[in-house]
Amino acid sequence: MSYLIAHYNYWIVIFLMMAGLYVVIAQGNLVKKIVGLNIFQAAVNILFISMAKIEGGTAPILVAGTALYSNPLPHVLILTAIVVGVATTALALALVVRINGAYSSVEEDEIHEQDQSF
Amino acid sequence: MPLLAAPLCLLVYERRLAWGISLGLSLAALAIAALLLQRTLAEGVISYELGGWSAHWGIEYRVDVVNAFVMLVVTTIASVVLLYARQSVPGELYLGRIPLFYAMYMLCLGGLLGVTITGDVFNLFVFMEISALSSYTLIALSQERRALTAAYQYLIMGTIGATFLLIGIGLMYIMTGTLNMRDLAAALPAVTGTRTIQTAFAFIVVGVSIKVALVPLHLWLPNAYAYAPSAVTAFIASTATKVAFYVLLRFLFTLFGAGFAFGNMLLGGIFLALGLLAVFTGSTAAIFQENVKRMLAYSSVAQIGFMILGVSFATTTGVGAALLHLFNHAIMKAALFLALGCVYYRLGTVNITDMRGLGRDMPWTMTAFVIGGLSLVGMPLTVGFISKWYLVLGALEQGWWPVAAAVLLASLLTLVYIWRVVDVVWLKVPATQRQPRVTEAPPGMLLPLWVLIFANLYFGTHTTLSAGVAMQAADWLLGGGG
Repeated sequence: MSYLIAHYNYWIVIFLMMAGLYVVIAQGNLVKKIVGLNIFQAAVNILFISMAKIEGGTAPILVAGTALYSNPLPHVLILTAIVVGVATTALALALVVRINGAYSSVEEDEIHEQDQSF
Repeated sequence: MPLLAAPLCLLVYERRLAWGISLGLSLAALAIAALLLQRTLAEGVISYELGGWSAHWGIEYRVDVVNAFVMLVVTTIASVVLLYARQSVPGELYLGRIPLFYAMYMLCLGGLLGVTITGDVFNLFVFMEISALSSYTLIALSQERRALTAAYQYLIMGTIGATFLLIGIGLMYIMTGTLNMRDLAAALPAVTGTRTIQTAFAFIVVGVSIKVALVPLHLWLPNAYAYAPSAVTAFIASTATKVAFYVLLRFLFTLFGAGFAFGNMLLGGIFLALGLLAVFTGSTAAIFQENVKRMLAYSSVAQIGFMILGVSFATTTGVGAALLHLFNHAIMKAALFLALGCVYYRLGTVNITDMRGLGRDMPWTMTAFVIGGLSLVGMPLTVGFISKWYLVLGALEQGWWPVAAAVLLASLLTLVYIWRVVDVVWLKVPATQRQPRVTEAPPGMLLPLWVLIFANLYFGTHTTLSAGVAMQAADWLLGGGG
């Protein structure tokens, strides 16, 4: 039990990750798929950030009297990853707008039907 | 250090290009790409002479035989396709979007080159996303509305793949505290026994396999290739999956080491099975396609299977054959897709039924297609023969007779689908006379096509350059070169 609690951040990450991936796979709505993808990416970001935390550490700012601080590198990495994620989301949403314009639908099965009818 | 300067100047340049929206700038991009090609060519020769030569540039850019080889492939294809794009693109895109096309094209190229030269795993992820995002956009630029759904599907799959890769990188960082490839390679053996690293390994292999389009994860590929503009298909088909394949090799051999990947994680068996599966499902699916572009896309899936097969041997000949096939497949697939681009340019369709008797109207294009197709089958005197030869050789070296037989059988399947096209194009007479009459594609499109076809024949008869470099690169990879 204490093992479960001690690693609670990983449980959250795993839950979010699986939830996101499930939404991506199971949802037929293209916009909801993107939401799932975002949850999935957020989970990975939390994984990175939580590993950077050192118990009792402060923010990595140069202050007299503190020697222990969190590892700043993962934060930097995740900033980049967030930017990448935002770009991906923007592009995905733009594609959905175009798809909606071309098919008048954002439901996967309806689009598939229209493609088959050709 | 001209090698570093070239891609970097390209990176700077293309950003500017992205904003300066005009066709004139696309020509500048062409010049830069050609310049870059020359430089990598020179650099490739240099590192070839020095064998497993590697160096630091700054902290993270490192170039060795494998890198240089892949970069050579990418830049060659990129410049040839760009030459071709000048006339093919206006026929397939909305006119206002053409500058965007070139900007995206350059971004994609920059991303791919970045992936290839970087020596830092996180940097690799970022570059991979740059090239991936721009290739989604390139696919979606097509006038065909199905390209939109294809691009969307590719985006979802690609992003999941990239995020898996990111998870793997994160887990490796937890265990080793470094992101530099050389340091990782040094630090990983100490911790390979832990479950964290095994999980990281699994995440990375699956993530990159999505990008490579290894068989159970290939679903994004056929649609994306079939509905993208011809120039984009030729470019992406022969570079994006190849670079992803390079990443796979890099992680497997340089970072984790062949002993861990193939000994502890049993990847050899998995890749062998998946490679064979890819070869057969890809070839069989290709036989039943009506759309020739789609057919070639499925054939790409099969060819990727051949490469994975080569890797699964984990011997110099096997990996060398895979690298060689990477190079050869790039030039023949690009040639075939360019030939189809010519057909689309004149005919407005690439359905096999509409191509009846086309050999009479477009002899040059279709002759090129036949030679490229024969190369795909693996006829002697073409590049396809050389890589298949090494692949079979690798299988026999291991004493895996059934695998060698399977490779030959799969080549027969390739012959079946290529013959279908040849039969329709050359031996059938069109049902009705086409109105207006179809003529040969413009020389601006034929020239790049024939350059690639000649490359096919040249490297099929002069193997010292391609095969020599590939074998040396494989040797270096397996030697666990850091």
